[in-house]
Amino acid sequence: MKLACAVAALALPLAVVNGQTPSPVAIKDAHIFTVSGAELPKGTVVLRDGLIEDVGANVTIPADAWIIDGTGLTVCPGFIDGLSTWGIPGAAPVAGGGRPAGAPGATPAAAPAQTTPAPRSNGPEDRPQTHTYERAADLVSPSDHRLEAARAAGFTSAVTFPNQGIFEGLGAIINLAGERGRDMVIMQPIGQQVVIRPGRLSSGFPNSLMGNIAYIRQMYLDLDQYKRAREIYDAHPGGNRRPEYDHYLQALSESPRLLLPAVEEQQIDRMLAFGAELKTPFVLYGLHEGFTRVDQLKQANVPVLVSLKWPEKPKESDPADIPNYRELVLRQRAPSVPGMLSKAQVRFALYSDGIDTAPELRKAVKKAIDAGLGPADAVRALTLSVAEIYGVSDRMGSIDKGKIANLVVMRGDPFEDKTTVEYVFIDGQEMKPSKELQKEHPPGAAGAPHPSENLEGGQN
Amino acid sequence: MRPIASLLATAAVLASSIAAETTIIRNATILTITKGRIEKGSVLIQDGKIAEVGTTVNARSGAIVVDGTGKYLTPGIIDCHSHTAVEGNVNEGSVSDSSMVNIKDVINPLDINIYRALAGGLTVSNVLHGSANAIGGQTIVIKLRWGKTAPEMIFEGAKPGIKFALGENPKRQGYPPDFFSQGPPEPRRYPGTRMGVEEVIRESFAEAKNYQAEWKEYNDRVARGEHPIPPRKDLRLEPLVEVLEGKRYVHAHCYRADEILMLMRVADDMGFKIRTLQHVLEGYKVAKEIAAHGAGASTFSDWWSYKIEAYDATPYNAAMMMRQGVVVSLNSDSDELQRHLNLEAAKTMRYGGLTEDEALAMVTINPAKQLGIDDKVGSIEVGKSGDLVLFDQDPLSNYSKVLKVWIDGHEYFDRGKDLETRGQFEQRKKVLLDKENATPAPTNQQPANQKRGKHPNEASPTEVSR
Repeated sequence: MKLACAVAALALPLAVVNGQTPSPVAIKDAHIFTVSGAELPKGTVVLRDGLIEDVGANVTIPADAWIIDGTGLTVCPGFIDGLSTWGIPGAAPVAGGGRPAGAPGATPAAAPAQTTPAPRSNGPEDRPQTHTYERAADLVSPSDHRLEAARAAGFTSAVTFPNQGIFEGLGAIINLAGERGRDMVIMQPIGQQVVIRPGRLSSGFPNSLMGNIAYIRQMYLDLDQYKRAREIYDAHPGGNRRPEYDHYLQALSESPRLLLPAVEEQQIDRMLAFGAELKTPFVLYGLHEGFTRVDQLKQANVPVLVSLKWPEKPKESDPADIPNYRELVLRQRAPSVPGMLSKAQVRFALYSDGIDTAPELRKAVKKAIDAGLGPADAVRALTLSVAEIYGVSDRMGSIDKGKIANLVVMRGDPFEDKTTVEYVFIDGQEMKPSKELQKEHPPGAAGAPHPSENLEGGQN
Repeated sequence: MRPIASLLATAAVLASSIAAETTIIRNATILTITKGRIEKGSVLIQDGKIAEVGTTVNARSGAIVVDGTGKYLTPGIIDCHSHTAVEGNVNEGSVSDSSMVNIKDVINPLDINIYRALAGGLTVSNVLHGSANAIGGQTIVIKLRWGKTAPEMIFEGAKPGIKFALGENPKRQGYPPDFFSQGPPEPRRYPGTRMGVEEVIRESFAEAKNYQAEWKEYNDRVARGEHPIPPRKDLRLEPLVEVLEGKRYVHAHCYRADEILMLMRVADDMGFKIRTLQHVLEGYKVAKEIAAHGAGASTFSDWWSYKIEAYDATPYNAAMMMRQGVVVSLNSDSDELQRHLNLEAAKTMRYGGLTEDEALAMVTINPAKQLGIDDKVGSIEVGKSGDLVLFDQDPLSNYSKVLKVWIDGHEYFDRGKDLETRGQFEQRKKVLLDKENATPAPTNQQPANQKRGKHPNEASPTEVSR
């Protein structure tokens, strides 16, 4: 018996990878946040073949179902990281909007493609730091060791972008598990992320904030010309020289939306105007000083992504180094931004911004709840709101019939201190969220190779 | 489009509420600059503009009345060379012609230096790109409307400019490898000589003319009913075409007489005008030529010898150029100096024997003329903007202090209120600090050295500019 147990335990990760979670699955008598509709204090959700088959207070449980007794459990749609690098192995954390080069999170990633330093750029024509054509969908792999911690925090999906350069590439919305990278992709391309990266003078153009802005503007002018030239040529090929194919612009033209960084008040104003000028659908990310700009965001009707990496007092700061008033207010008020946006009905979602341990993710969301975001609104900001902003709410983001079977099952209310993540379903597969990684100080968190790295075999 | 429209709507609402203010400053010594001095005079500001000036003005019901007894009223001070309120680097120094970048894009209206400058009576700044390259970025004139957004600070109707730079800075080729960081050595950029600086400017204008011709040909062909493919819109060449068409001013950083003459030759050859020569420390040697070209000169009062090309200078420079017919202004080029430009002006009385009006003109009507805004600001005249400064005594005295500053008739600085609220502000800050120090150190955090962009109370990074 003992032996059988041990064998079963060993076999489990394999079983998961090979898609051997029994189907159908029924979670009964649980507290269900459907997010799209009313909360069910005591409901049942049935999963079959990777989709949600049924949900409600009175649901017939199939005779062959694996039944999980949901008494005392809370079920939410799987959390979706609104802006991420999860799933792309080796990608540095996504850069928080517009932070200066050299700051953590702004450092260019040890990117897969770039092994030698790029040649010095002498202007926009050299397409500096431009990776518009990189596809997150081609880079994702289940071997990314951060995925296990993300799942342990209840995340089943992420909107992930390559992380290098000013134009980062075409993002994809992915599930955080799968046998191969391509199994993870839900939709792509989902957008193009811009990171402002004032570089070193020696690396060439652009090396200033205004240079970055001028470059982005020139790219969109070039795109406009590229499209018009194609149209005119196709209509009047005789007498015109054929326009060149340009893979930088071709990829930019495929992007359904642009993600622009805006953390501080003046950056929010600047990017609202800039996005409108570029005449492309856009989303702002960062938003920590958004507490002064709620009305403007509401008026502009632009969706925003709020970074969960709250500005805080540095751990080993010099006691003589007194921060300025604005910085102090920012640290105090940033976590109140989600609550304020929610009340004002601004379309917003949350994103991890480089936080990649389960306890830190939970605590970061809790901070927003403590600062005025309703717990149900917090769940929405990590599920349906993300799906809506990226136009995938028809297939994910809520617990509804026919949607992808991504669920998180918790003991306790979402994001509370004592809450534990008990089950995580991705495409209907149960992922066995690590209890160890949900503890405050998971082993190996500080730079050491993650224990899960040895277990997973990346096949991408 | 909607955000823009709504911003404009907000601006309009703000503008109208400001315009409703009516203010009378009475019984002050009024230094009009252009129309002499009025002892015990009054000024009426209505709808954002100066409505009446004289020994008496008609009373208005509901007007705010400021007693100016024993005090001095001057027009708002104008700085023709500033880098204030720029977010990020003031230089896009990576390329020898960076005319595609625009200071207008990176004005930070929350930069505390704006407020500090107001406290020194400054109301208008010509915010320039740095001098790292022969042709630098596009520039913008702002009014220091502290508390407003960046678009609301832009001086309506002031012609935008572009920065040029001659001499040592643009031929510095960027910093030597490892100057700031420990990175590997990288190739430096062209040019490395003064000859190269000239060539960059000639080359860029030659390109701009071709570009202009290319668009003309395209438009002609479209007019003929053909279906040509449009040329690429080039953000680098567009502003140079504007310079050729007289729609954009050239503000050229320079020191030596030879390079000043060089640039005027290039301008004549290419068919554009230099609007202002900046720094222009050897301008006194070629003042007649500068006057003949029609360029203004914006210089320092007594600041030189900080670099090799700034040695052959004299504090009499401003006066000597002025006496030979050049419109001369004194500028700050500095977030510190911009707070007391009135005292810079005073130095021209010591060095050059200027009259009080001539001295104050150096920081009021003369920079206004150089920026093409002298019909709107720069002196106390009926019809001009209500940009005024109330000093406690003669602004040419070292002991003078600014009491109040109005822009468009709206009060943006009041010394009394500032002093009064400092205690409250410190108290609010202390509450925040105590609160933060009371909470345990977070585990998710950023390293101690992290800085978030440019912050109001932080000093600007040292940058090539003067």
